[in-house]
Amino acid sequence: MDTLGLYFHIPFCKGKCPYCDFYSLADKSLYTAYKEAVCEEIKTLSRCREFAADAHKRTVDTVYFGGGTPSEWGAENIRCVLQAVKEQFPLAADAEITVECNPSTPDLQTFFAVCAESGVNRISMGMQSAVDSERKKLGRRANAADVRAALYAAKNAGISDCSLDLMIGIPDQTAESLQQSLQFLVDSQVPHASVYLLSVEEGTFFHKNQSKLNLPDEDTAASFYLQTVDFLNNNGLQQYEISNFARPGYESRHNTRYWEQKEYLGIGPAAHSFLNGKRFGFTRDIHAFLQGQPPAFCDDGGDFEEYVMLRLRLAKGLTQTDCRQKFSIGIPPSLLQAAAKYEKLNLIKCGSQGIQLTPQGFLVSNMLIADLLGNIDPTEVP
Amino acid sequence: MKEKKTHIRNFSIIAHIDHGKSTLADRLLEITGSVSKREMTQQVLDNMDLEKERGITIKATAVRLDYKAKDGETYSLNLIDTPGHVDFNYEVSRSLAACEGALLVVDATQGVEAQTLANTYLALDNDLEMVPVINKVDLPAAEPARVAAEVEDIIGLDCSEAPQISAKTGLNVEEVLEQIVNNIPCPEGDDDAPFKALVFDSVYDNYKGVIVYVRVMDGTLRPGDTMRMMATGAQFTVVEVGAMRAMGLEPCDALRAGEVGYITASIKTVRDARVGDTVTTAANPASEPLEGYRKVNPMVFCGIYPADGADYEALRDALEKLQLNDAALTYEPETSGALGFGFRCGFLGLLHLEIIQERLEREYNLDLVSTVPSVIYKFHLADDTVLEIDNPTKYPDPTMIAWSEEPIAEVHIYSPPDYVGTIMELCQSRRGIFKNMDYITSDRVDIHYILPLNEIIYDFFDSLKSRTKGYASLDYTVIGYEKSNLVKLDVLLNGDMVDALSYIIFSDSAYSRARKIAEKLKEHIPRQMFEIPVQIAIGGKIIARETIKAMRKDVLAKCYGGDITRKKKLLEKQKEGKKRMRSFGTVEVPQEAFMAILKLDDQ
Repeated sequence: MDTLGLYFHIPFCKGKCPYCDFYSLADKSLYTAYKEAVCEEIKTLSRCREFAADAHKRTVDTVYFGGGTPSEWGAENIRCVLQAVKEQFPLAADAEITVECNPSTPDLQTFFAVCAESGVNRISMGMQSAVDSERKKLGRRANAADVRAALYAAKNAGISDCSLDLMIGIPDQTAESLQQSLQFLVDSQVPHASVYLLSVEEGTFFHKNQSKLNLPDEDTAASFYLQTVDFLNNNGLQQYEISNFARPGYESRHNTRYWEQKEYLGIGPAAHSFLNGKRFGFTRDIHAFLQGQPPAFCDDGGDFEEYVMLRLRLAKGLTQTDCRQKFSIGIPPSLLQAAAKYEKLNLIKCGSQGIQLTPQGFLVSNMLIADLLGNIDPTEVP
Repeated sequence: MKEKKTHIRNFSIIAHIDHGKSTLADRLLEITGSVSKREMTQQVLDNMDLEKERGITIKATAVRLDYKAKDGETYSLNLIDTPGHVDFNYEVSRSLAACEGALLVVDATQGVEAQTLANTYLALDNDLEMVPVINKVDLPAAEPARVAAEVEDIIGLDCSEAPQISAKTGLNVEEVLEQIVNNIPCPEGDDDAPFKALVFDSVYDNYKGVIVYVRVMDGTLRPGDTMRMMATGAQFTVVEVGAMRAMGLEPCDALRAGEVGYITASIKTVRDARVGDTVTTAANPASEPLEGYRKVNPMVFCGIYPADGADYEALRDALEKLQLNDAALTYEPETSGALGFGFRCGFLGLLHLEIIQERLEREYNLDLVSTVPSVIYKFHLADDTVLEIDNPTKYPDPTMIAWSEEPIAEVHIYSPPDYVGTIMELCQSRRGIFKNMDYITSDRVDIHYILPLNEIIYDFFDSLKSRTKGYASLDYTVIGYEKSNLVKLDVLLNGDMVDALSYIIFSDSAYSRARKIAEKLKEHIPRQMFEIPVQIAIGGKIIARETIKAMRKDVLAKCYGGDITRKKKLLEKQKEGKKRMRSFGTVEVPQEAFMAILKLDDQ
């Protein structure tokens, strides 16, 4: 039986950042009730039963607390959840257990200490920019010194596997200010970084005020991305996914599950799962979750097209070996043929091992992947 | 023995677009109780969504009303609705041939317009009795007396008795019905003579087969009779005859001389029941068919291709069905290097073309790509042969061309005098030759131009409307050919020639047009994964160039747990979007680009 990744969505934040469209609220009164509901779900799987009846039999290989702001929710709650996981699931000895945190959370020292004691061994921190004026525009309360202090505190608590988030294409950003953030990242010696091109999502403050934001244009944002890939690759942080970089061996195992079409169970409002061929998710409503509302079916997952779509996000791309192993076929000739025409445009690299998108290819990956999938001969896939 | 059918009146309504024809028809239906208030929707006779949306009548339709007149008698009134737009004159002439009279509706705030005149002449050609009606008298700007005088002056119809109505409020509409009864002659015919009926329309019904709409001239037809189409000789057993009522078909025992009605006879193929043909019976056939319609010749041509090659047969089927009651539409198979298999279609004008395209897309659910419209050009070659070409891809080897000709049209534009300047500017920019200008009244001018037809067929009508806030109206007649220097523009995308975008054009306009086409293509072809040069060439010579920059950023930065389903949906959408695109070599071109390069007026 396959291993499982567990995702817990912690839908609490101190405030809403103006660019963020993740589900979160600022209501401390729900903290305890929420912890109890999550622990109960781990024990009984009463909400997810329809899709996940056999989940308890699987060895949990990765655990991820995302948000929201898990550090805002508090280490004690996280400890309880991890305790419940250990009681209900076989937990791999080397399981990767990640917690997202915000450098502005008070008393991170204690937070990291309790987390580490509970088994947490990886931290992902939202820095977004090392330039304070830029961070302010993003609604981030911490400054660069706070980020440094937080990293130090994590290390002190025994968690050295840290990741920093960076955003590109944000208001006022220039090639120079981006370089400052990238340099900060490298200097801080974290083994992992996630760098996201800002996309202005509907319903956010940024969306409503787009014209006033002084956003870099498309071409500039694209050049920022290439600058980032180039600099990080040259400084030991290898790109392994469109937005993710790591020193060898420090790739996020949990997130990699998504792109390798492996199974995961997501618990909490807005959390999604992929299990037994089905994709399903909870609605964005903590009260529905607290009241026991089950997740809804989204679509069937696990097919070949989906696999191609996900794997092409990875720097290692789609490989003959993995295709054979997972679907008992090689890469369809029609797909290889379609990919070949993008080789001279430097968007794709084709080799005997398989096909990979280049950084330029990643930048237009929506279009590129749509085109590749559109060219697959249906008779060549399982 | 001919007898007067004293209780039948067959009439149509003619009017300029927007003068209230369809509203009047609605009111007549309502007053005669043909449609109850509850069932009343706007523009009952304009069945097509397209007609309701655009506020125009495209297809002729017929309906029977029962009216109890002031003389105490009940009359059967057959109203045959007709389109108003110049592109649909052939529909008008078909309808008129089935009538004895026509209501001429004139807007009291506007007066006589181009199509009022054009349609009046058609009606007079058909010896119809005209009943003038002044509409919209309820509006503050109405000037019924002035407009009545205008109708008397320009058309020569006596308006002293003309009902002054508001079709919208129903004011005086009853008077219109009285005048139909009193002033329009009743039909005459012999119920016992050999059956003879003119097919003025036909529609295809999935259950009944072809439904043939006829005006009976002589004789009687009953279910069970064997009918014969005189042009094709095809015979069918009549299943049902009856009248067209506002809310549907109403079967009856027989159709008799003078009546307007329908016939069904399990007719499977539309080819067997052509509009304009004469229906008779096998048992007692008529010796001569009725005079059909003036054959209308298409003047504008373009290639229509299914977006998905698999729909080729469906497209053929749809064209066949549309042609059944649209004799002006022609089509024949053609192939394009860029677009595959499709049809070369002929239309009366650009509106006709747009309407057919929209009907194909909506009623037959087809995704289409169409090529640049063309008129018929004549090329006189060095060896004294003449080539008539309606397709730019057949443009001859330029070294072989001795001289060439293009069709020209006489154009009348009616407008308030304020817009004369901008209208003349438009006509000059389209190579117009000014003939003269008449003040019909102090606030209505008739501007008379000679214009090359290919200048009219693109966006002339739209430009005219927008330059004159909709006040000007247009009528044109093709009057012949004139010597002209014609070249072919070719479009190259990423170095590959796209035959479907080639374009024959007057040589002096070539450079400025080429620049505009390049700009329009740049505007309408979305950025793709690589840079695309857009080049316009005459022969091998590039005369205009634009570059569509490569798409730099189209990426989903975050793809974690819940994003995967979202991303898959996005992919589906992209695939749908792709269906609206055609690929030429490596370049994807959306359908809008084909139409956009026709819109040339920047005003």
